[in-house]
Amino acid sequence: MFAPSGQVARMSRFANPNRFLRWSDRLVPWLATVTGVLFAVGLYWALVASPPDYQQGESVRIMYVHVPAAWMALFCYTAMAGAAAVGLIWKHPLADLIAKATAPIGAAFTLLALVTGALWGKPMWGTWWVWDARLTSVLVLFFLYLGYIALNSAFDEPGRGARASAILALVGLVNVPIIKFSVDWWYTLHQPASVIRLEGPAIHASMLWPLLLMAAAFTSYYFWVLAVRVRGEIMAHKIRALRLRQAYG
Amino acid sequence: MSVFAGHRLTCIRGQRVVFRDLSFEVNAGGLLLLVGANGSGKTSLLRLMAGLLAPAAGVICWDGDDVRRDAETFRGVMRYVGHLDAVKPALTVAEHLRFWAALQIAPGSPAQPEVTTALEAFGIAHLAELPGRFLSAGQRRRLALARLLLVPARLWLLDEPRTALDTAAVARLDAAIADHRRTGGVVVLSSHAGERPPEATVLNLDDFAAAATEAWGWREAW
Amino acid sequence: MARGVVSATLAVIRRDLRLAFRHGSDSLGAVVFFVLAVVLFPFGVGPGQEVLARIAPGVIWVAALLAAMLSLERLFQTDFEDGSLELLVLSPLPLSLLVVAKVLAHWLTTGVPLLLASPVLAVLLGLPTEGFGLLLAALALGTPSLSLVGAVGAALVLGARRGGVLVSLLVLPLYIPILIFGVAAVDAAITGVAARPPILLLAGFLAAALALAPWAAAAALREAVA
Repeated sequence: MFAPSGQVARMSRFANPNRFLRWSDRLVPWLATVTGVLFAVGLYWALVASPPDYQQGESVRIMYVHVPAAWMALFCYTAMAGAAAVGLIWKHPLADLIAKATAPIGAAFTLLALVTGALWGKPMWGTWWVWDARLTSVLVLFFLYLGYIALNSAFDEPGRGARASAILALVGLVNVPIIKFSVDWWYTLHQPASVIRLEGPAIHASMLWPLLLMAAAFTSYYFWVLAVRVRGEIMAHKIRALRLRQAYG
Repeated sequence: MSVFAGHRLTCIRGQRVVFRDLSFEVNAGGLLLLVGANGSGKTSLLRLMAGLLAPAAGVICWDGDDVRRDAETFRGVMRYVGHLDAVKPALTVAEHLRFWAALQIAPGSPAQPEVTTALEAFGIAHLAELPGRFLSAGQRRRLALARLLLVPARLWLLDEPRTALDTAAVARLDAAIADHRRTGGVVVLSSHAGERPPEATVLNLDDFAAAATEAWGWREAW
Repeated sequence: MARGVVSATLAVIRRDLRLAFRHGSDSLGAVVFFVLAVVLFPFGVGPGQEVLARIAPGVIWVAALLAAMLSLERLFQTDFEDGSLELLVLSPLPLSLLVVAKVLAHWLTTGVPLLLASPVLAVLLGLPTEGFGLLLAALALGTPSLSLVGAVGAALVLGARRGGVLVSLLVLPLYIPILIFGVAAVDAAITGVAARPPILLLAGFLAAALALAPWAAAAALREAVA
């Protein structure tokens, strides 16, 4: 008649934080090294070794930071929403922490994409900001990140913040394509004729390889910082547990 | 066989294990009295029973079935009176009861709710047309309790129902509880005062306080 | 059982409407804000008719968005504070249906007054008369979406610190498609372009919101009372 729910047993099998601490302890130096090497090679190739663009000149080099940052902005949002869903559905506490730790990294990538976009816009369009469809979409994505971060930290009980923001992340995930579509639609409706579109001819291999290398560096950087941040979250959890133990012990 | 039972329940609030491995059983006509120090989890257990909280481990069964499996049916047989009275300043007493009656859509509930009878049972029939903003704390409490009699339900979950009640109202509540139990109803009641209703099963939550020795163990919670 | 569900849903709508009418100033607040926000614009951009007529659809829509957002607090907050929400969650009525009922009541007391006030504002801003019909149509399709999406935000911030500021941060980015399609519909009517696509997109957004928002808001409410 009584079937034990087994929730607690399930949790400990997959999400033991101590096991995560052990694994990540070994992983973090490797991730740091890989990130460092990828950035060193990628940045050299992108900023020095690759050719300047025949149209844009040296300013094309902003692309090697801007495009991977924009990719990572979307990647992090997807990762965050995915982790949030796992945390919400399977009550996986480590997933909650991964979602929470991903948000500021993703927001930073999004801000980087916006700032480099503006820097690129100055020589390209003669102005820091244009209401270009892509820039606008990324700006909205930035607000979605801010909303997630604010909601996550708005509750006194961390679990409540994790669940509320997980729902928000999923709502956002459904909405991101709709927002993207509406902004594209809005842009084609109002598109000023003078703006040069970014899609040039297909990208040349001498530029593609450093771009991919930079993307790999950004991805590796994400996982490195994620591991460090999740470790920090677990430590903070342990400290709270110790405090409670003192209070009730 | 017991009508209402919980088996090896663990409740985690925030990071604290409020209680662990708590089991209880109540038979038809039975009363379960929850006692224990402040913070021992009386309210948490009642909210767990009502289905507002999910247990970290364990099951709660009504008539042998896990209540979480068919939550909507279970809500139809259960009435919960918490710390808050849910009284709207702008609605009259009768409007409150008519609204709550309309919300109870359990099959077999009477079409015409007995608003006046419910109000009379708690001695506030004369206030029926008064808006909620004019009620005293005790009168609001009586109104909240009158919900119990509105549409019959077999399980009553009462969180410190005597708060703010005068002696006359406490007597009316005790009479209502006794009537309910006579017809086979089940009552779970939390209380910090020392009273002991007749033939009550007492559950002392201090006996299950895991938190006293092991606040939020990593191994079991994660 | 099915009839019980319908009558319970109607009971929730009736109760919320009754509460809104008895606290009349609360629902009037949104309309007053809407009118005031629009009336501020001529002071900001000057009284020139052509400029005002040009920006009228956007101004009216942005003000409607903000007015709808400000009224969201009423949706669940008081029920959360006085314990009614617990009892609503514990009633046998499915929670997503409860959300639909409350959103409908909210729309009737804020969306519809905004709708009724908008022609007056359109006149004040000198919106070309061709745009009037589509402004109303777009608002009629858009404001329920504002209430639905807003319900998710309102449910998520229950019990949060600084909930009022937070809800704007959560909800406004999600309102952007409604704003874009809503303004585009009116602009299309004025400039003589086909207004069908933006109207259909607004209707599509409403259908999607109707399918998903109650479910998300119900999940958020369950967390709020836990």
